Amino acid sequence: MSETSGPSGPPAAATGATIELEDLTKRYPGSAEPAVDSVNMEIKAGEIVIFVGPSGCGKSTTLKMINRLIEPTSGRIRIDGEDVTDIDPVKLRRKVGYAIQSSGLFPHMTVAQNIALVPRMIGWKKARITSRVEEMLDLVGLDPAEFHGRYPRQLSGGQQQRVGVARALAADPPVLLMDEPFGAVDPITRDHLQDELIRLQHELHKTIVFVTHDFDEAIKLGDRIAVLRERSHIAQFDTPEAILTNPADDFVSGFVGAGAALKRLNLTRVRDVEMADVPTVTVDDPLQRIFDKLRASGTNELLLLDKRHRPYKWLRRGDLMRARGSLARAGTLVHDTVTRDATLRDALEAVLTDNAGRVAVTGRRGEYLGVVDMETLMNSVHEMLEADRLDALEHQHELEEQRSRLTQHEQEGGSGEATA
Amino acid sequence: MNFWEYLGNRRQQLLADAFQHASAVFQCMVVATAIGVLIGVLTYRSQWAGNLATTVTSTILTIPSLAMIGLLIPVVGLGVAPTVTALTLYGLLPIVRNAIVGLRGVDPTLVDAAKGIGMSRLHRLVRIELPLAWPPILTGIRVSTQMLMGIAAIAAYASGPGLGNEIFRGIASLGSKNALNQVLAGTLGIIVLALLFDAVYVLIGRLTIPRGIRV
Ligand SMILES: Nc1ncnc2c1ncn2[C@@H]1O[C@H](COP(=O)(O)OP(=O)(O)OP(=O)(O)O)[C@@H](O)[C@H]1O
Ligand SMILES: [Mg+2]
Repeated sequence: MSETSGPSGPPAAATGATIELEDLTKRYPGSAEPAVDSVNMEIKAGEIVIFVGPSGCGKSTTLKMINRLIEPTSGRIRIDGEDVTDIDPVKLRRKVGYAIQSSGLFPHMTVAQNIALVPRMIGWKKARITSRVEEMLDLVGLDPAEFHGRYPRQLSGGQQQRVGVARALAADPPVLLMDEPFGAVDPITRDHLQDELIRLQHELHKTIVFVTHDFDEAIKLGDRIAVLRERSHIAQFDTPEAILTNPADDFVSGFVGAGAALKRLNLTRVRDVEMADVPTVTVDDPLQRIFDKLRASGTNELLLLDKRHRPYKWLRRGDLMRARGSLARAGTLVHDTVTRDATLRDALEAVLTDNAGRVAVTGRRGEYLGVVDMETLMNSVHEMLEADRLDALEHQHELEEQRSRLTQHEQEGGSGEATA
Repeated sequence: MNFWEYLGNRRQQLLADAFQHASAVFQCMVVATAIGVLIGVLTYRSQWAGNLATTVTSTILTIPSLAMIGLLIPVVGLGVAPTVTALTLYGLLPIVRNAIVGLRGVDPTLVDAAKGIGMSRLHRLVRIELPLAWPPILTGIRVSTQMLMGIAAIAAYASGPGLGNEIFRGIASLGSKNALNQVLAGTLGIIVLALLFDAVYVLIGRLTIPRGIRV
């Protein structure tokens, strides 16, 4: 069997493919209204698109039409430009990974056998399959030696879900469809699994279509979010930032829910904002130097670092006096720090709980990098929201221009038609 | 002659009968299993076909076995043929029913997942649905076997093989000194065979039901 990739397809592992849905419609037999009504959507190669919407709005139906688990009543599906609406569905599905809520692992097969299924079907050599299984287990954070021979019922819900994802990715499909894959696990495990998926995606660059009804999950994972209303009508299809700052209508804002500005904080990392600096000294510095620095800086406070440059204590002017020059007794211990990868929301949380309203930012080895406080946070949030607003305006402007150009075109071209 | 002396004297004959009895039941079970599972596989997806298969096989079971063999004699003659035909027909019901119930009972999300990862219809049946339906099918086979053990005794009426001959001879010469011994030997022999078969099925279950779904 020869797998041909797209014209500019990369030689090694398959990365994402584009998906185009054109007037995709599903009418279930016996129901008057279509469950999915003429969906048009272009999904770029390598992006995560989230379908989010109320229960019964047709998310699963739309998703399952992409691998034709549900045959569309009309419309086209194109993957990487190739029309797959009429090809053999079995062939199509081997190019499209599929992971579902209850993990869908086969209980009579071991973890390794489950993961090996698709590679075996497409005729990989035994040795290649074996090493691939180990690789996939590693990838989803399970120790191959330990989990290889287990049966699904010997795994926790979260572990089953990981194996489910490993199985979906085993044959390296360019597209991955996920239907509420983290819907049935507890919030903490879900959080972990989401982080894992983000990490995976950084390595793999698949095109992922992900269904959820949890808007926070959508914001966390999505490059773009399609907010769907009944019959899978697209209410808004845009980046999380744009949807949060500029919901298209009341339906979308209802879905975004309260606290859009707070949710926006989840989308920015500490690394993206300007940090403040405080004067620092290390425990090895002589006392005199510390005094000098404090006097020279004009601030009220110093950050004392330990031998490995990690934040250790906050020192105020008075502290040193009171401790009579003994560093060991002076100051308050630093009890909370955030990393550069923390979200602004985490940072805000830390700042709010700190009694002096600031928190030290640390690098990978815990070394001091800077400080965020209320002021820096406020400033960056304002800038961020302003930028979002401008973006959205520009975007809207572009759309309008396009639209007016189109109507103009129609009026010139279709002279016979009387269009309003 | 007491029962134990009787057993000692007739050892050869009894063992040969027991062997033939077991062999007839075993062979009919193999055929009934193959046909039964096939009927199950062909009919479980359709509501009416599945119900039809179950109804027809359970109707067969309501025909008294003596009558069934009697009816078969003019068609297939005396001896082994009516025995095998009757046993196979009787053996079908529990297998067909359990195959249909088992196949219909496979979790639809698993079937969906199997489709979703690109398994063909045949592949799904062989790798997913049949293995998951195997425990109830095996139970059906067990029930069938025990039933056939008893029914096979009737086969002697049509000059068939097996321990039934012992029982019929006893009944025919009721009142003679060995009559009771003969009936007793035949009946006990059948019970022992049934227990032996059951033990084998437990072993087969251990060997063939995947560890992941063993209860
Ligand atoms: N097999 C079916 N036959 C008839 N109607 C169906 C079938 N499957 C789904 N529907 C209907 O189609 C609509 C969309 O269903 P779908 O499962 O796509 O919703 P969903 O958005 O995934 O909902 P949820 O969030 O609850 O999973 C619903 O109104 C549902 O009742
Ligand atoms: Mg759904």
